Amino acid sequence: MSEAWRPTAAIETLLKRAEFLDRTRAFFHNRNIVEVQTSTLDRFGSTDVAIENVEVADHGVLQSSPEYQMKRLLAAGMPSCFQICPAFRKGEVGRWHNTEFTMLEWYELDVTLDDLMATVAALADNLIGPQPVVTKTVFELLQDSFDIDPHRPDEKLCLEVASAEGLQGARDLHDAIDFLVGSALAKLGSERVFLTEYPSYQAALAKTNQHDDVEVALRFELVINGLEIANGYDELRDAFEFRRRCNSDNVRRAQLGLPPKSIDTNFEAAMAHGLPECCGVAVGLDRLFALAMDKTALRDVMAFAARGE
Amino acid sequence: MASYSTNEFRPGLKVLLEGDPCVMMEAEFVKPGKGQAFTRVKFRNLITGRVWERTLRSGESMEAADVVERDLDYLYTDGDLWYFMTTDDNYDQVAADSAAIGDAKDFLAEQARCQITFWNDNPISVTPPNFVNLAVTQTDPGVRGDTAQGGTKPATLDTGAVINVPLFIEIGDVLRVDTRTGEYVSRSKQ
Repeated sequence: MSEAWRPTAAIETLLKRAEFLDRTRAFFHNRNIVEVQTSTLDRFGSTDVAIENVEVADHGVLQSSPEYQMKRLLAAGMPSCFQICPAFRKGEVGRWHNTEFTMLEWYELDVTLDDLMATVAALADNLIGPQPVVTKTVFELLQDSFDIDPHRPDEKLCLEVASAEGLQGARDLHDAIDFLVGSALAKLGSERVFLTEYPSYQAALAKTNQHDDVEVALRFELVINGLEIANGYDELRDAFEFRRRCNSDNVRRAQLGLPPKSIDTNFEAAMAHGLPECCGVAVGLDRLFALAMDKTALRDVMAFAARGE
Repeated sequence: MASYSTNEFRPGLKVLLEGDPCVMMEAEFVKPGKGQAFTRVKFRNLITGRVWERTLRSGESMEAADVVERDLDYLYTDGDLWYFMTTDDNYDQVAADSAAIGDAKDFLAEQARCQITFWNDNPISVTPPNFVNLAVTQTDPGVRGDTAQGGTKPATLDTGAVINVPLFIEIGDVLRVDTRTGEYVSRSKQ
């Protein structure tokens, strides 16, 4: 008989995972952050160029994150809230990727991005043990490693540096920057790093701000062992700017030969109604649990990770 | 020739990189949450043995290399070429040059079954069996009684290779040698 029916993770690991889930929920209950549940299936997906949604015929798409619906809750009056839910990204399968994965996402009202980063660091300390987190700006990371200024990038130079570092098939500046950031992070080893002040063209749904004559996105990532664990924003509240960014996503999609995506008009209307000042963050919970249990692949901590490879 | 796209990459796949045949040792999908997907690949160059690392944008492809591995028995060398014979009923002979033989030349025993890698039907590398039996053609006489100290001395094998052997080994002894490390294992009963 085939053994393919068996879970990819050991039962004892899954029992430990249950304890980590309890600890995660307790962490938020202790901070008076309420647990919510939103729908995995929605009419709209994301316009993000780098995210492909899993589509369900006649029903819509499986959400790549609960971001839009959770912010609609906040716009309707929900206080600070968290959610642990499945998220889906088509075509993402590997040692640290699975099409379906578990996302922990939370939003806090009336906090600064620094406050939120402190909470993220406390969660990491709680689950995988205390260790200081070094903060680096994207500028510092790329300047130190490759002598590149990500805020005023020279596309040709970035592509040359990326190619010399071993990248093949890069099409544009975005490919080169994404590759070089990953490459520089991998060289930092086992440090815990907050990466901050993203270039404005990587703002996603974060606010931007002028800082030393350049526009930077108020966004951070927590990176542990070169692995992206959390991605947080000081949340954009401007519905016009949201539409502008979706449109520019669709322009880039067209340039790359990808189909355009519908703009989530429910989310847009919620922003127009008024999203309260808030900061939010998404955590790859399977990855965090894997680090907490000294595992080196998602399949070791997920009951039924995709097979293959 | 066929090609492979990044989503087909897996260890063991043989492809052309900068014109050389390479085998993939590792292929890992990497992607920032809000960014471009890549496949990070470690290759071993099948000609030089060197390890190369490259990262390919998702959707890129690589040309397949026509690489096959076959078992052949070693026959003899004329100094320029090393001759092998197929193990099927055809008894075809294959000649490998010194570039393909590489360090394997030190450990080729007659009739040893070797694994030969062919690229476009030409031999590009030869892997001898893990253990071979080779005769000692030259070594200084050992001093009796020294064996307890576990001392070693150099000995020349019939392939020309020089390895370290225990002091009791004499000219004409047949030794079992580990071809992966080039180390003496034991005196063969032959």
